[in-house]
Amino acid sequence: MAERGIPVAVEHEPYDGFVVAKLDELASWCRKNSLWPMPFATACCGIELMATGASKHDIARFGAEAFRFSPRQCDLMIVAGRVVMKMLPVLQRIWLQMPEPKWCISMGACASSGGVFDTYAVVQGIDRFLPVDVYVPGCPPRPEQLLQSVIDLQDKISRTGTVLGREFRGRGQPEGPRSLRTEMDSADQMVAPGNFRTSTRSWSLPTVNDRPRA
Amino acid sequence: MTTTQTPPVIPATHEPLLAVARSVAGEDGVTVSVFRDNVRFHVVPGKVLAVLKNLRSECGLDMLIDLSAADYLNYPGAANRYGIWYVLESVSSGLRVIVKTWANDPEPRLDSVFDVWRGADWMEREVFDMFGVVFDGHPDLRRILMPDEFVAHPMRKDYPLRGEGERHNFLALSREQS
Ligand code: SF4
Repeated sequence: MAERGIPVAVEHEPYDGFVVAKLDELASWCRKNSLWPMPFATACCGIELMATGASKHDIARFGAEAFRFSPRQCDLMIVAGRVVMKMLPVLQRIWLQMPEPKWCISMGACASSGGVFDTYAVVQGIDRFLPVDVYVPGCPPRPEQLLQSVIDLQDKISRTGTVLGREFRGRGQPEGPRSLRTEMDSADQMVAPGNFRTSTRSWSLPTVNDRPRA
Repeated sequence: MTTTQTPPVIPATHEPLLAVARSVAGEDGVTVSVFRDNVRFHVVPGKVLAVLKNLRSECGLDMLIDLSAADYLNYPGAANRYGIWYVLESVSSGLRVIVKTWANDPEPRLDSVFDVWRGADWMEREVFDMFGVVFDGHPDLRRILMPDEFVAHPMRKDYPLRGEGERHNFLALSREQS
């Protein structure tokens, strides 16, 4: 128990009633069991986030039932859904408004990578612009997956948490992938809808298997 | 844009509408095409505002259902680049007609129908935002979907689907900073 960061009660006489623990571990123990999520729900994943909070899946079992719509009262941001370029500054501002310590879960394919929305307006993964702690795959992820991500985050907090947030200080660089601009020319031909002669219904479009194997 | 080869059969319900449109825009100013139950009047751009006004006041087409546009760049057989259409309906009789017009580069412009239907306000803003068609006489022609500082018009066919890098143009926050 002690190595997972959970304080150990000393049960022998004459120390009955005492708890001995490192301050860091005690703080993490408190924090991880009362995460207050900020529901940043912008699309369909938000519905699944609501289901996670509702009685059937009941995120309260993991101490995270207190959803707050003010970032000032939250310490866990759950980004559920697509983030477009007009929304990203809002997302960053809300993140900056949250008091320390704070964590971020990127829920679903869109928040994590842009999903199928590879278009001019959609940010290709919030981790390009924000530090993310846990990613949840799926479109949308099942509530069980989101619950698992909360459990994983609790585990991360108890493993790395410190009273003064020293673990965050080591993360001085942006953690996401490099800018897409360097990976792919913006004028790259997209397969669909392209022009009117080669629609998505055409059978002659290149598929993954047509490409030369490296 | 394209008209059918044989003269289209115009439903009797739309004959009076066509008469009104032709009385405003002249015989050559209006061509008609019919697809299933859609009757389309293609009106020359200079006359479209007057035609719409009269269709409303004389034919009872009192509701503007839709106002939108398409970019016909590289479209087979297209003579003009931007097609703009107005879908009108009479609330009392349910009669519908589609009025189409067009605009071209370098400065696509049309008259605003804001004074005829207040509901055109946001629809014209959207067409301006997405296609860059300017509506003269619109009281507040700003972008409606894209951010104000955006410069392109993303629904144009010559604009790359993935944009020109705008979506990557943000500050990347590290954990230490935030
Ligand atoms: S990952 Fe799927 S469910 Fe979630 S926001 Fe994107 S499209 Fe919607």
